[in-house]
Amino acid sequence: MSDHKTMTLTLIVWRQKNANDPGKFETYTAKGITEHHSFLEMLDCVNEDLIHSGKDPIVFDHDCREGICGMCSQVINGAPHGGQDRTTVCQLHMRKFKDGDTIYIEPWRARAFPIIKDLIVDRSALDKIVQAGGYTSCHTGGVADGNAILIPKPVADEAMDAAECVGCGACVAGCPNGAAMLFTGAKVSQLALLPQGRAEAAARVKNMSNAMTECGFGNCTNHYECQAACPKGINVKFIARMNREFIKAQF
Amino acid sequence: MILDGKCPTGPIEKTWDKHRFDLKLVNPANKRKYNVIVVGTGLAGGAAAASLGELGYNVQAFCYQDSPRRAHSIAAQGGINAAKNYPNDGDSIYRLFYDTIKGGDFRAREADVWRLAQVSNNIIDQCVAQGVPFARDYAGYLDNRSFGGAQVSRTFFARGQTGQQLLLGAYSALSRQIKAGTVKMYDRREMLDLVVVDGVARGITVRNLVTGQLESYAADAVCLCTGGYVNVFYLSTNAMGCSVTANWKAHKKGAYFANPCYTQIHPTCIPQAGDYQSKLTLMSESLRNDGRVWVPKKKEDCGKHPNEVPEDARDYYLERKYPSYGNLAPRDIASRAAKEQCDDGRGVGPGGRGVYLDFADSIKRLGEDTIRERYGNLFEMYEKITDENGYKRPMRMYPAPHYAMGGLWVDYNLMSNVPGLFVLGEANFSVHGANRLGASALMQGLADGYFVIPYTIGGYLATVKPGQVKTDNPEFKKCEEDVKAEQNKLLGINGKKTVFEFMRELGHLMWENCGMARTKESLEINLKKIPALREEFWKNVKVTGSGAELNQQLENAGRTADFLEFGELLCRDALHRNESCGGHFRVEYQDAGEAQRDDANFCYVGAWEYKGLEKEPELHKEPLKFENVHLAVRSYK
Ligand SMILES: Cc1cc2nc3c(=O)[nH]c(=O)nc-3n(C[C@H](O)[C@H](O)[C@H](O)COP(=O)(O)OP(=O)(O)OC[C@H]3O[C@@H](n4cnc5c(N)ncnc54)[C@H](O)[C@@H]3O)c2cc1C
Ligand code: SF4
Ligand code: FES
Repeated sequence: MSDHKTMTLTLIVWRQKNANDPGKFETYTAKGITEHHSFLEMLDCVNEDLIHSGKDPIVFDHDCREGICGMCSQVINGAPHGGQDRTTVCQLHMRKFKDGDTIYIEPWRARAFPIIKDLIVDRSALDKIVQAGGYTSCHTGGVADGNAILIPKPVADEAMDAAECVGCGACVAGCPNGAAMLFTGAKVSQLALLPQGRAEAAARVKNMSNAMTECGFGNCTNHYECQAACPKGINVKFIARMNREFIKAQF
Repeated sequence: MILDGKCPTGPIEKTWDKHRFDLKLVNPANKRKYNVIVVGTGLAGGAAAASLGELGYNVQAFCYQDSPRRAHSIAAQGGINAAKNYPNDGDSIYRLFYDTIKGGDFRAREADVWRLAQVSNNIIDQCVAQGVPFARDYAGYLDNRSFGGAQVSRTFFARGQTGQQLLLGAYSALSRQIKAGTVKMYDRREMLDLVVVDGVARGITVRNLVTGQLESYAADAVCLCTGGYVNVFYLSTNAMGCSVTANWKAHKKGAYFANPCYTQIHPTCIPQAGDYQSKLTLMSESLRNDGRVWVPKKKEDCGKHPNEVPEDARDYYLERKYPSYGNLAPRDIASRAAKEQCDDGRGVGPGGRGVYLDFADSIKRLGEDTIRERYGNLFEMYEKITDENGYKRPMRMYPAPHYAMGGLWVDYNLMSNVPGLFVLGEANFSVHGANRLGASALMQGLADGYFVIPYTIGGYLATVKPGQVKTDNPEFKKCEEDVKAEQNKLLGINGKKTVFEFMRELGHLMWENCGMARTKESLEINLKKIPALREEFWKNVKVTGSGAELNQQLENAGRTADFLEFGELLCRDALHRNESCGGHFRVEYQDAGEAQRDDANFCYVGAWEYKGLEKEPELHKEPLKFENVHLAVRSYK
């Protein structure tokens, strides 16, 4: 379990002061890293060294550090979240790397996600897509008993598969077109599958699709990079379902 | 001073209905003239902002993350309670009420807990209507599971991600109101002061975390829904950004802090692996439904591979000590029992700080597929962190700080002692007493947000004229200047130690001397060492960069500065409470390892008033009366 071997790694990290700064890569050394360090804990160590030497630490988004809030967002060696199956950056552990490795770390890159600083981007466009219709219009209070609507297990399970999306935006960062189809498709599908969401299904898919375009996301040309990047294993079949819902909504 | 919780009187089952009728209403046409600030958009704040916006109030909502969908409510795994009694196994509103009062070790208000149990059923209905994909059976009915501290199955769940799904439900309702223009959302903003004018809460000062600008917002009422404070222990199951800051700033502006020493240590978390570690990860309590907890009987066996320790050499200590609840004993009890075994030298894993949670029997009985179906994502998470396969060898667990029962003092209307300041969710102290039962924090957050505040805030607003104070009031400028001065001070010290180093030291003091077991001596040590550490912090901390930009070091430095003040209050509260109850275990007050309450002297809520930094705070008491549940020794044997 706990052996005391440590690793030394070379990090090549994107540094950008603010949205207007052109930004550039800087090289750092991470020392004394064990296989049990998480990727973000490795960055914490590098930052502690930077602070001690009076330099500005690398800023990155993170909060829960357990793979559920969707806040962490880094492209590692070209792969959003580092490319480990169903894993966010914060859950990636250093046992996946070797002593002496060189690691490239960049922010999400997409037209709809402007860089704020270093590895932090502005993902508010995803919130705008949800605001366009990612809900049922029920009022607080005055709803039916939870068991009044029967939803057989397979349907509930499939809705749950779609609902697992954490809104991290890796699908957008992984897509050559910067499309948000997997994110939007997951929400549209969750609510289209459930009887509670059917009533507004047509308006929802139209409004959310329009919002995607307005926010500057690209189109889907079936690369499936989104599914490969997704830390929650959201399936591209939900994009197909959204497309079907979209066609249905035209009639 | 004796505090009055303003609880309605009369038969308990009528209290909330009667109170709702007695509350004044705001005329529908007038609602939009009232501004309400909601700080925090977790379950409590998200639900409140959406519901108040829908009612027609003008709502401004704030959170420190980049989106309201990321509040730490998202991390709750296990489930949410409700008294639906769908399984027909004997549940009722009364039983949920009773279990919560008893689970809290008789340190919560009866009326508040009754209301929580009563509205619990509405919450499930509301979430279903929003499209929350709760687990269902093949016929389509909602599924339930059991959870620690209860003998009925009343917990609703959505895979291992109940908190996430409930929060996304609240977030979707909030998004609908943002679109409708009733709620204006300010993300990446941190509240750094409460603005009080002539004794009434009138607004907040926030830092825009992207630009570093300080901003002022005014309103007719302020709701704090800013979560819990157990990051005072540094390593906890909370998110990195969780802090006491909003609560502490409000406390310094006059709001009383109630029962800060009631902190919950969760029994099943992944043990710490090294000093660099930044947080601890919880494994849902629901695992104890099918996992059996044990340690080796003999010290010599602790180093062996667990599968090589024969059955008769294992001590299933929870089953042994608490035969009727067994592995489902409440959290405080299960945590202390784990510590006891490890203190006895029979712990496993690095440093001997761990116990086994073993699924071998359930896998034999139900098959690995059933276990995977129930807890697959938890096993996956465990493996990602430890590189061990929980299906093949027992998981290792150790208790970790998890939840704050204490919080700002509120009356039955969820209003603090500062008029116009309301406090919801984990940030208040109201319903969990000295120990919270599993699956009841989600319930409380949503109860407060969807079904309590929409009524009680109206009762207050109906008595005040809208828009009396605007941000041009000099008090707003003064608050901004104070915040700015503190930040400049932090940035100017340029010392030798980083913020993390201070936070780690504080966390160590809190965990060692004020954690699962507390003594007069250990607490007195902390009351000396914490002020000393605070002094060192203000002389020797190093914060790089400037205040006029995105600066995560500055954010953390501010939060740490507040923890360094708050930690002292927590210890002071623990020292004054000469009894053991729930999560507060004073070694001096026990009966063979079980907590010994002192109802004659401590059956009250202890609410502290701030008197200045180096001055002793003043204690105010709210006596607790138990008219429906008899004060009794809490036994799970
Ligand atoms: C790992 C884990 C598992 C859990 N599992 C369960 C479970 O199974 N069942 C259960 O019932 N409970 C569970 N709990 C407890 C429960 O999740 C929380 O108590 C509850 O969700 C808290 O909700 P809240 O709305 O009060 O606060 P939070 O969700 O923490 O929200 C706080 C909000 O306040 C904001 N905020 C905080 N400070 C500031 C500031 N200064 N300025 C601006 N904004 C601020 C944040 O941005 C956030 O929006 C669990 C908790 C954890 C940590
Ligand atoms: S679909 Fe996957 S990658 Fe895209 S936002 Fe959701 S969780 Fe992230
Ligand atoms: S920090 Fe929350 S998902 Fe990574």
